[in-house]
Amino acid sequence: MFFLNHIWLIPLFPAFGAAMMFFFGRRLQKATVSAVCVGVVVLAFLFACFTVVEYTHFAHGTGRPFEKIVYTWLGSGDGHLNFVKRDGRLASFNADAGFLLDPLSSIWLLFVTGVGMVIHIYSVGYMAHEGGYYRFFGYMNLFMFTMLLLILANNYMLLFVGWEGVGLCSYLLIGFYFHRKSASDAASKAFIVNRIGDAGFILGALALSWYLGSFRFIDINALAHSGHFAIGDPVLTAAALLLFVGACGKSAQIPLYVWLPDAMEGPTPVSALIHAATMVTAGVYMVARSNAVYMLAPTAMKTVAIIGALTAVFAASIALVQNDIKRVLAYSTISQLGYMFLALGVGAFAAGVFHVFTHAFFKALLFLGAGSVIHAMSGEQDMRNMGDLRGRISTTYKTMLIGTLAIAGIPPLAGFFSKDEILWQAWRSAEGSFPYLWLIGFGTALMTAFYMARLIFLTFYGQPRMSHEVEHHVHESPKSMTGPLVVLAIGSVCAGWLGVPASFGGRNVFGKFLEPVFAQDVAASVAPREPAGEENRGLEWTLMVLSVGAAVVGGGWAHHYYAKAGKDYPEPIAVDAPPLYTVLYNKWFVDEAYDYVFTGRRKIGDVRLGAMGAGEASSWFDAKIIDGTVNDVGWVTRAVATLSTWWDKWIIDGLGVNGPAILARMMSYPARLFEWGLVQWYALVMVAGLLGFGVYYVWK
Amino acid sequence: MEGRAGTPGAPRTENRALRTMVPITTLHYLVVAAALFVLGVIGVLTRRNVVIVLMSIELILNAVNLNLVAFSRMWGNLHGQVFAIFITVDAAAEAAVGLGILISFFRNKETINVDEIDLLKW
Repeated sequence: MFFLNHIWLIPLFPAFGAAMMFFFGRRLQKATVSAVCVGVVVLAFLFACFTVVEYTHFAHGTGRPFEKIVYTWLGSGDGHLNFVKRDGRLASFNADAGFLLDPLSSIWLLFVTGVGMVIHIYSVGYMAHEGGYYRFFGYMNLFMFTMLLLILANNYMLLFVGWEGVGLCSYLLIGFYFHRKSASDAASKAFIVNRIGDAGFILGALALSWYLGSFRFIDINALAHSGHFAIGDPVLTAAALLLFVGACGKSAQIPLYVWLPDAMEGPTPVSALIHAATMVTAGVYMVARSNAVYMLAPTAMKTVAIIGALTAVFAASIALVQNDIKRVLAYSTISQLGYMFLALGVGAFAAGVFHVFTHAFFKALLFLGAGSVIHAMSGEQDMRNMGDLRGRISTTYKTMLIGTLAIAGIPPLAGFFSKDEILWQAWRSAEGSFPYLWLIGFGTALMTAFYMARLIFLTFYGQPRMSHEVEHHVHESPKSMTGPLVVLAIGSVCAGWLGVPASFGGRNVFGKFLEPVFAQDVAASVAPREPAGEENRGLEWTLMVLSVGAAVVGGGWAHHYYAKAGKDYPEPIAVDAPPLYTVLYNKWFVDEAYDYVFTGRRKIGDVRLGAMGAGEASSWFDAKIIDGTVNDVGWVTRAVATLSTWWDKWIIDGLGVNGPAILARMMSYPARLFEWGLVQWYALVMVAGLLGFGVYYVWK
Repeated sequence: MEGRAGTPGAPRTENRALRTMVPITTLHYLVVAAALFVLGVIGVLTRRNVVIVLMSIELILNAVNLNLVAFSRMWGNLHGQVFAIFITVDAAAEAAVGLGILISFFRNKETINVDEIDLLKW
């Protein structure tokens, strides 16, 4: 039990690395930075492996969760922070620094640390010649810390800390080349769009705790299963929808997906780790974690499924015509995340999680492969300027081909099993229109095969379209980069074998492992429309053949159009349907629409909407209404003051004060005539007076 | 003095000039003092120069002094003389203060003409 009891150490390893980089990174050698930062992630991975092994012994296949509460982080047990629940009873506001390990978080723990470790090793080679080396690794370690906190948290509040932390690290790493305006803009965009989702998440979590009286997953699960709450409970539905808003932000679903393509401004290992394999699956994790609540909210489930399916097909359609290699992969990621939410929405939580797991391998592989291509092409990302690289960087080519086959769903690679499971579950689920969702998923699979094959053909086949200097400089990446590619390629091949469905005679180890987390749910509201037993094996096989067929057809089309692409190769969609091409190439003008409606960067005629519109409106209100009122009041005051001044000057001062003074002056005029100022005259008068007195008294 | 001048024991054969000498009485003094006083008053009233005016005031004071001394002699005691000394001291002090005012005034107005000194006129 040593490892389970010290589970809280797992996030602390990368936290230590991040702290080291924060305090001393500037003074450390690159070799030291690599040793510390990669070392702590390797340690975390090993620790995680041992912990999960110990957990399987602990759980004995029952899937009972292991919970380790380190200390009370928010609130207290002594009732000082109580609140009244909706049913009128008192509950204490309480969030622990607690860690929860169950099959769901075990899976995330393993692939986050595993893929994270591989990508850290890859970064040592990829970032070797970049400035800010320690800064990059410090951010990466900080990301690992917050991501592990997110998946190991035992309550919504601690999960939210990790949730915000990964958002912060995503911001920091997208803006890693902060001297480039486009990078810092993309970072801000990611942060702001995520903030909208985060608002939904925190409201949903608070609504849940207000309704159920706890933040802890175990309590909430138990309460949701207790039978006290009806299916379709409005508060739970609202909370589930709010949580899904958060998931939309973090996991790039319609309508909050716009930040993810721009996030490709960050270094490629960041795209692989954060924006493909781990962080963007946090939304899936959170929804899967809240599955008990979602099962009680069929409306929310339906919303999740529809949004997921729409996102899948929408992003895939954009990926068909993009030329930037990383952007194709970014839209592919959005599309695959849509698949995962489709699975969650139809109640196939295990299938969704399985797709997260396999996707982590092949999408990280594809991104790292793209990074290797970009490395070989001296920084060129535009596929129009590539071509014929397969012989020159053969390891990259082979591994990327494996990743492409995996994502396209070619058996027996990883993507086949997980994607087929999702499509099958979409087909057989009870919720009314889900066969349509299957159809959307099917179409998306076709597009996926097409755009991924297009990427491969444009990059590795055809004629070289790059300039001579670049062509001369093409070279295979160092071992530290190709090694991770090979590891991930092996993962992309084998990861699917964990979940071979019963129809293939497999045992679906993955699904069995997760069953305790989701077991009760399938029974609750989403009863399968088609039973999964032997009698439907034929249907399942048919669908499977269809989707593999779609993958082959998509790849075949791409081969037809792009395999021999020379300079100025034609885009088939641009040739056959130019308007459609314009729309897809401009990403359905969604960024423009958001500029019109939400940011207000563009005006509709003379009207400006959105944030800037609100700013202008409140500026107008302030200038005209508030200031106008202030000025009017000022004008009235001044008028009154003028009147009052006139009164004071002419009536009070004039009549009251100066009037008597003037009167006194006029009356005193005769008296003043006697005093003309000549001293000798006064003396003469005195003498005359004295003489007068003398004469008077003498003569009397 | 009167006694000595009209000493009965003096020989009758003294010259005519001596015979015709009238003894100086108090009245004589008073006349002289009155003349001095009138001169002083006229000076005060007519001269424009403040220095002259002050000098004229001295004349008036000394006319009074002469009176006091004359009456002192008449009565045969010293009261009047003491008083005269007081007045002399007083006149000296008055001259000092008056000249001080005069100088400071001259510094301001560059004149010591009495008819131009009329700042206190309403």
